[in-house]
Amino acid sequence: MISLLREMYYIILGFLEGFGACWLFLFRLLRYTPSALLRWRLVFQQIYSVGAMSLVLIIVAGLFVGMVLGLESYNLLARFAATSAVGSGIALSLYRELGPVITALLFAGRAGTALTSEIGLMRATEQLAGMEMMAVDPVRRIVVPRFIAGAISVPLLTVIFCTIGILGGYLLSVMHLGVDEGAFWSQMRVNVDLVEDVIESTVIKGIVFGGAISLLAVYEGFYAQPTAEGVSNATTRTVVNSALAVLVLDYILTSAFFHGA
Amino acid sequence: MVSETDSGSENVIEISGLKYRRGEKLIFDRLNINILRGKVTAIMGPSGTGKTTLLRIMTGQVLPDRGRIIVDGRNIMRLTAEQLFELRKEMGFLFQSGALFTDNSVYENVAFPLREHTKLPESLIRQVVLIKLQAVGLRGAWNLMPTELSGGMSRRVALARAIALDPKIIFYDEPFTGLDPISMGVIVRLIRQLNDSLGLTSIIVSHDVEEVSSVSDHSYLISEGKVVAYGTPQELEENKSAWVRQFMKGLSDGPVPFHYPAPDLAKQLFAGEQE
Repeated sequence: MISLLREMYYIILGFLEGFGACWLFLFRLLRYTPSALLRWRLVFQQIYSVGAMSLVLIIVAGLFVGMVLGLESYNLLARFAATSAVGSGIALSLYRELGPVITALLFAGRAGTALTSEIGLMRATEQLAGMEMMAVDPVRRIVVPRFIAGAISVPLLTVIFCTIGILGGYLLSVMHLGVDEGAFWSQMRVNVDLVEDVIESTVIKGIVFGGAISLLAVYEGFYAQPTAEGVSNATTRTVVNSALAVLVLDYILTSAFFHGA
Repeated sequence: MVSETDSGSENVIEISGLKYRRGEKLIFDRLNINILRGKVTAIMGPSGTGKTTLLRIMTGQVLPDRGRIIVDGRNIMRLTAEQLFELRKEMGFLFQSGALFTDNSVYENVAFPLREHTKLPESLIRQVVLIKLQAVGLRGAWNLMPTELSGGMSRRVALARAIALDPKIIFYDEPFTGLDPISMGVIVRLIRQLNDSLGLTSIIVSHDVEEVSSVSDHSYLISEGKVVAYGTPQELEENKSAWVRQFMKGLSDGPVPFHYPAPDLAKQLFAGEQE
């Protein structure tokens, strides 16, 4: 019993230690962010690498999620003879929850892992140490541009995901299942609020999720054990921690934005 | 046993009373080392004695527990991160692995410190990069990627990058390890040539006695956290100490025993699986 308690104590202690170190790392990144933004070329390169290169995945996923939503919404609403609300149902589901969360989870799998393994391998092959010896701070030169790129890319990808998702829903419900096109778009226009649904939910959630995933990815990569196993473990931790962080943050943000019925 | 450095020459690095512990193991115990300006100084010793750690301490990558480390008149232990980076602009460091940026070409690798620390126009950067690559004999390889280079070529590119900013001091971490005899000869020649033509101070960490002796002006032999011997290659060759002779001649047995300390063989063999 005592050994179990001791084990739990060390697990909690380890978690708090990692949590605190991650926050300190975030403050360090934020301190260098203004100067990194001046070197926009480095940030743009990373936006291309983590953002633009994730586009195909996001578009394909968005299309299919939108079509599934169209199908499910149609099946449900047809029971109440309310298929005209399919459009707003799809749009609200995507903007408020599915868009930001699925985009973030896909981004963590596609770009977060790439960030961790890239930085971790640079550590393992002494490239970061080499940079330090050339009087170049690897946090400023390597880590911060990647962090900023992630925080910028995720909200943009989320908006694209939602747009393609709505298009997928439209294709399925209007073109395939015969929902009235006018009702589809007009209901959506009436029920979707630009500030509450698009800005607050989609964009802000996207920025927070993007920042959190990028922070976890670069943190894990930067402090990875400089071995093959160390980098692989760090990459796994990035996916697991990012997924958990996104789901927890989603609840917190949804609660904060919740205005009641 | 340890002779003093030439009192008339200026020391570019002075280490005194260095103490450094890694976990339970004492790596350096009141170590004293002086590096003469303009000379090639070697630090030799068996594997695991902390030679690379010593280089990292000299360059401020690792902070020791105690001691005084003066590099070019500045106390490494008291420098802020910014001051340390300023000092490093005057240093070159050749890693054992080369530490080249694998996603950048040879040209971009050598251009990296110039782009980061100078505002030179691209045309001038090109000239400097080509001159540095010419110095290491790899001007023709400017457009290759690091994956296309042999071990020796990688180290030469890394050397060109290390001298890109015309440093005062250059550190070589095991520069001969894993190289074929021709590449080794090339690196030996480059170390001497660059030291003399660019007016550098070179510090080599290695256990390749023959190559180091052929290029260094002075050598330190360190073992178990202390300096065991110091002198010119000739002086070390003639040293009477049994330990120095074992190391310099590569004898398998001597003061450093062949066997790692262990309990009695018969006792351990028949003691069962627990021991």
